Order: sequence, then C-alpha cells, then structure tokens
Amino acid sequence: MIDWSGYLGLILQGALVTIELTVMGSALALVMAFVAGLGRLSRFAAVRALATVYIEFFRGTSIFVQLFWAYFVLPFAGITLTPLQAGVLALGLNVGAYGAEVVRGAVRAIGREQHEACVALNLGRYQRLRHVILPQALPLMLPTFGNNAIELLKGTAVVSLISLTDMTFQAQVVRAQTGNTLVPFATILVLYFAMAMAISAGMRWLERRASRGLDGVRV
Amino acid sequence: MASPIIRIDNITKTYGPLTVLDGLSMDVMPGEKLALIGPSGSGKTTILRILMTLEKIDGGHIELDGEQLYHMPKAGKLVPADERHLQKMREKIGMVFQHFNLFPHKCVLDNITLAPMLTKGVAKASAEARAKELLDMVGMADKAKSMPAQLSGGQKQRVAIARALALSPKIMLFDEVTSALDPELVEEVLNVMRKLAAETDMTMLLVTHEMGFAHDFADRVLFFDKGRIVEEGKPDDIFRNPRQERTQTFLRKIIAAGHRV
Repeated sequence: MIDWSGYLGLILQGALVTIELTVMGSALALVMAFVAGLGRLSRFAAVRALATVYIEFFRGTSIFVQLFWAYFVLPFAGITLTPLQAGVLALGLNVGAYGAEVVRGAVRAIGREQHEACVALNLGRYQRLRHVILPQALPLMLPTFGNNAIELLKGTAVVSLISLTDMTFQAQVVRAQTGNTLVPFATILVLYFAMAMAISAGMRWLERRASRGLDGVRV
Repeated sequence: MASPIIRIDNITKTYGPLTVLDGLSMDVMPGEKLALIGPSGSGKTTILRILMTLEKIDGGHIELDGEQLYHMPKAGKLVPADERHLQKMREKIGMVFQHFNLFPHKCVLDNITLAPMLTKGVAKASAEARAKELLDMVGMADKAKSMPAQLSGGQKQRVAIARALALSPKIMLFDEVTSALDPELVEEVLNVMRKLAAETDMTMLLVTHEMGFAHDFADRVLFFDKGRIVEEGKPDDIFRNPRQERTQTFLRKIIAAGHRV
C-alpha cells in the first residue's frame, strides 16, 4: 500500500509553482497586452510596426519554442534567466500577444461618436483614452481576458521541460516513483480545473464591477 | 460695427472625388443666431463639423474670434495649426450632436463636470455647483445621479446641451439636435434652446429640419445646396418669399413631408 500523503504534498508544492507562474505570467501578459494593443493604435507608424511585429511573432511561433529560446538560447546573448523567470517571460509574452489584439479590438469597438464628443469637449488624447475610451472598452475585454488567463494556466505545464517543478512535473515524478498513473493525474486534473474555475469566478466578478451602470447600453 | 466672430473664407472640402464644400465664404456676427437649412448632403453639417475640428478643410481659411482656426502664425507666415493650437481654439466652440454622444459609463453629473475639471482645472466642488446650475436650467436637476441609459432621448439631449455649456463656449453648434428624437420629445429640447437664446448672447449655429423652429429662432437663415449658399436672408424672407427656385422646391418638399413652417 502506498502512503499518498507525501506524494500529495509534492503535487501541492507543484501547484504553488503553477499558481505563481500563472499569476506572474498573467501580470506580464496584461502589461504587454495594453502596451502592444495600444501600440497598434498609435498614430506613429514606427510604434504600430513594432507592436505588430511583436504580436505576429509571438502568436506565430509556439510557446514551446519560445520557452526554449528564453531558457537555453538567451544565455548565449549574455542573459541568463532562472527557470521561473524564463517561464514567466515566455508565458507572459506569448499570451500578451493574444491579449494585445483583444485590447485593440475593444478600443476600436468604442464608437466614433464617443471620440467626437471628446474632441468637442476639448479633451486631450491621453484624457480621451483614460477617462472615456478605456473605461468603456474594459468590460468588452474581460471575457476574452478570462479565456487568455485560463489558456495561460494550462500553458504553464510546458515549463516542466526546463526543469521547473510545476504541478505537471510533480505528477510525472509521483507517477515514476509509484508506478501509479491514475492517482497523480486525477489529482492534477481536479486541481487544474479548480484553478480554472477560480479564474472564471474572478473574471465574472470583475465584469460585473466594470460594467456597473452600463446596463441596457449594450447587450 | 463689430467684426464677425466667425469668418469663413473660400473653404473647400472634398471626400475623394466628391466635393462637399466648394469655395464657401460666410461671416457670422457675435451673438447671431444662424439657421443652416437645405437637403441632406448639401454641406451644412460639414460646416459645423469643420468648425468643431472634426473634419479638416482642403483649402481656404477660417477665422474664429480674431484668430485663425486651422493656421497659426509662425515666423511671419501662416502655417498649418498643430494640436496645441487646435486645442486652444476649441475652447471657443461647443457642439451638440444629433445622437447626444453622452458618456454611457458616467452619470449625468460626471458627464458635465469631466471636461471642465480636465481641460480647465476647475475644482470638483465648483464644477459640480456649475453643473447643477446648468441642469436646473435645462430642467434636469433631479437626474444628476442618473446614468444616460436611464434617460429618454429628450432628456439625454438636454444633458448634452448642459455638458457643452459647462465649458462656456462663445459659439455653440447644434447639429440636427432633434432629428433622433421621438416627435413628442422634440419640444422639450427646443424649449431649452429658446431659453438659451433669450438668456445668453452666445453665437449659435443651428443645422435643422425643424423649419418652424428655425423661423422663430434664427436672426438669419442660410439655404444650402450642393456645398454652396443658394439663398440667405431673414427668416420671413426665406420661408415666406423664397426667391430661388431650389429654395422653393426644398421648402415645398419639407412641408409635404409634414414639417411645419
């Protein structure tokens, strides 16, 4: 009979690494989403081009390859990252590229008449964005941001390839040591699902808050 | 005699192959109430949008209150205006739109106080005090905390008027402000404008299909067709005795469509 409590502890340690990666990766992704998404809407062609290159590159290559570059190739350029740093960097940049298109789409969805009202009221470019456009665009972004965050959570499993002891990595360890596949993988299945549910619930709460008072304005 | 507050000199505006304004010139005196009428596509709304800097001109000059709108002096020459110059010039003008364009995420009060606080650095308390005065004037004092989505079209438009007034512009532009309203809500907006005309000496430019209102409200009526002023004069002359055939045809059609003159 196997004593599962120790092995469960291993998996829970891995769960912490997964949560850490998800939170930090999402934070970086959020920053990148706004930087690149607003960058694509810039009136300066060079900024638009830079943002487009970033988005197309990180959407167009696999997270797997990006992670290997961050961890194994960057050291040749003199940049050595810890596995956690490499993982957060790759996940954040990858998911941020998708998020950037969400930001751009939501900002573009705010009607021309809102921009014209801003001009008529003589608001500056930054004031328009900060006080009128983004507060209306944010509720439009949140559902897709929720999708992206869950994708990122599930994407964290690839970091086991650079020896980061995340939840999937620990499940493999437990499987190797006990010879039992069902228990560790059933456990992480439930844990991944619980984490995804937590993200969904959080996003729903945010959505309710951000769209308060906008009821009846849009469907 | 005072000099014009708006001086439009030979402006042209084209959209691709389409010429909307073709060498248009006109002056507006301070305090004058001007009605711009004419068929759709005649360029009357474009003039308001150009004055509000929502459209650029392709040629000509506009002088507002003694200063060039789209040009600025630099080293003794007039050069195209930059954003900063435009921002300074926009302080003189306010605009009310056909579709209200209220900010849906802000309550009525915040809709009105946002621009004075951001663009003029007015303190919150005095911006709110002024907003309440204006809401009182447009008969919306009890709706200060309502969201735009909770208001009727007529109420929204009255808030939009208060919002534009909060910046104390010298010139107000009204772009078909009753066209999107249900017929029974038109009068409450027109009443606010009558009050405004009676109580202030603001210069007002009005694009409208409400011929009866234009007749009572305006000091001068301009009839536009195909980007040119076809006929202009006192409301009585334009509406009762139009001389140009195009004006006559237009007014006949408008009356046939059920509008009062």
